Amino acid sequence: MTRDKNAIRTEDLRRHYRMGETMIRAVDGISLQVRAGEFVALLGSSGSGKSSVLNLIAGLDRPTSGNVTVQDRDLALLSREELAKYRLHVVGMVFQSFNLIASMTLAENVELPLRFSEVERSKRENRAREALERVGLQARMHHRPSELSGGEQQRAALARALINRPKLLLADEPTGNLDSHTGTEIMDLVREFNQQLGMTVVMVTHERALAERYAERMIFLADGKLVGDQPNPVGAEQVMQS
Amino acid sequence: MKIPDLTELALRNLRESLLRNSLTTIGISVGVASLVAMLSLGIGLQQLASRRLVKSGLFDTVFVTSRRDLRNYDRDDQRNGPAPGESRILDEPARKEIENLPNVIEAYPDIRFITELRYQDKPHLTMVSALPESAKSNDAFEGMQGSFFSSDTAPEVILQKAFAEELLGKTSKPGSDDVNVAELAKPLLGRELTMRYAQRQGSQSAAETNRNTSTTGKENTLSGAAYSVVSREQELKIVGVSDLDPESMRGPMRAKVFLPLKLGESLHIMQPTDLRELARAASDQPVYSSISVRVRNPKQVQSVEDSIKKMGFTTFSILDATRSLRQFFAVLDLFLGIFGSLALAVASIGIVNTLVMAILERRREIGIMKAIGASDGDVKRLFFTEAGAMGILGGIVGVAFGWAIGQVINLGTNIYLKRQSLPPENFWAVPWWLVAAAITFAFAVSLVSGWYPAGRAARLDPVQALRYE
Ligand SMILES: Nc1ncnc2c1ncn2[C@@H]1O[C@H](COP(=O)(O)OP(=O)(O)OP(=O)(O)O)[C@@H](O)[C@H]1O
Ligand SMILES: [Mg+2]
Repeated sequence: MTRDKNAIRTEDLRRHYRMGETMIRAVDGISLQVRAGEFVALLGSSGSGKSSVLNLIAGLDRPTSGNVTVQDRDLALLSREELAKYRLHVVGMVFQSFNLIASMTLAENVELPLRFSEVERSKRENRAREALERVGLQARMHHRPSELSGGEQQRAALARALINRPKLLLADEPTGNLDSHTGTEIMDLVREFNQQLGMTVVMVTHERALAERYAERMIFLADGKLVGDQPNPVGAEQVMQS
Repeated sequence: MKIPDLTELALRNLRESLLRNSLTTIGISVGVASLVAMLSLGIGLQQLASRRLVKSGLFDTVFVTSRRDLRNYDRDDQRNGPAPGESRILDEPARKEIENLPNVIEAYPDIRFITELRYQDKPHLTMVSALPESAKSNDAFEGMQGSFFSSDTAPEVILQKAFAEELLGKTSKPGSDDVNVAELAKPLLGRELTMRYAQRQGSQSAAETNRNTSTTGKENTLSGAAYSVVSREQELKIVGVSDLDPESMRGPMRAKVFLPLKLGESLHIMQPTDLRELARAASDQPVYSSISVRVRNPKQVQSVEDSIKKMGFTTFSILDATRSLRQFFAVLDLFLGIFGSLALAVASIGIVNTLVMAILERRREIGIMKAIGASDGDVKRLFFTEAGAMGILGGIVGVAFGWAIGQVINLGTNIYLKRQSLPPENFWAVPWWLVAAAITFAFAVSLVSGWYPAGRAARLDPVQALRYE
């Protein structure tokens, strides 16, 4: 098997939901490739299937038909257990609603994936601290999410996504709940991960401006179909600058 | 996930909804407490019922009588076997044979007779019996004043306290328990008694005297068909006064005066059976009316009994008598256990309920964990651990709770018994295995209860769980 230079490849990907009589085609035949290290924005109106595609790439959901290959791994061939391992080690995810566990401190939230990957306790603490330092939250380590602003919570979520050093960062409207200033802070961090750590980033957003400012490439979805795929010279330029 | 991590997460989750989980845990502990209380009551009653019997050595003793002893002849197990007249005599060779059976510690004849004892020239008629040396370790002699026989042949006696009172001319009020044995013993210990008894003189010893004069052996067997009875006296030293209540004791202990066994045997005292076996007594070899066989362990009583029966004797053991008693307690324990478990069953429904609620409440959390890489197994084990932790916690608290209830009831009943001037007893026994079993059982029940919720949590679709706020 020849090594694919694409980090992500989907072929005729479909995800249908049956709602009584009607069939909802949330994802309806999407084929796309994302190169390793690329920063891609997924755009489209609400209900166009952006989150559905992202979840399929993340291995959180299985397609109705078609397949997803991530770093030479056909996700369809993985068992539930292996899919969990894949999410743990290959993918880092951030969400619009941060999705931190309310009963845990930031440090505990951030080190949770390390528990699942059975990293020793002594190493876990250091790595959680490092990750929180990277997003500038070392001082808030022992606070609970409810004591933090939205921007801080999203930074903590980024630290958690980072902790297992994944190759892929999947972000579903990471700035959707934030004001534009805080959103910019988060996007700067995402770009930093992309450029300094070489992570491949797929980010769902419906803010075109944000995509144009940060992404190298913009993919447009409508009704579960791919309707546009264009490089973004501005975002790409910024990659060159750094 | 590793077990320490699982435990830590489980405990923190339990702490998060402290009230609900505490209530569930209390539910389990009430269930465990009721189970422990019920079972320990059953065990306590059983122990109470058998404690004295076991202590008295009854459980490891088999009584052997000859089939020739027609008093027992209507018993079922004897109908099929040789007729009484043809069966073996319970004599010294038979005793030796029984003693050599596996698991038999000793087999000693029951020597018991009524005779006259003179103390300070006053005659007293009473029942005398001979005791083997092993009786020394018997709990029956626990409260004894003085000491046990210095040897198995020493000319010494131990008196039962009622007889001691008689010797001292004290009037004993029947049923009164407050006789001071030490005071009774003081004037008696070391004093001498004279026992008058009927000695059976067999032809063998007569033949021995004959042998000196005559050399014909035939005469011996001819004259051996009879023996003479001679009246004798024996000086005996009082070495002990026992606290025994003769009414509560078994066979040889029912006497009021005790002799060492070997001494008793060597005196060839005339016993009632001697008359019955008169026709057979070809020598002065004694024929025993009954033999007590001590078995190493109560569990082996049955097999020893069987082998003695095979030899052609009649046996009796207290195990025969207590078999139905033990059956009763087995059934009682079963019922108490079932009632106790019912409460635990109700508590286990509480666990299922609590965990199902927790899943609904923590849907999102489960979705998050799966999104960041938790496997189905991780989620399942987390819920299992939570269920198990509640089970163990509930088990420990419940055992403590049940034990406390038992202590209170013991205390209460003992205060009551004391008012009735009865000795204290423990109705309640919580053996260590019951503690371990109760906690293990609570743990197992909680795991079974956790099965469905944990499986449900593991199968939760993370996309759905994360979809809605
Ligand atoms: N579990 C489901 N059952 C039924 N329909 C679903 C389910 N999940 C998604 N859909 C439908 O699939 C379509 C695509 O949904 P998806 O969440 O991917 O859209 P989106 O592009 O992320 O929208 P938004 O920008 O609002 O987040 C929608 O019409 C949605 O209603
Ligand atoms: Mg969406």
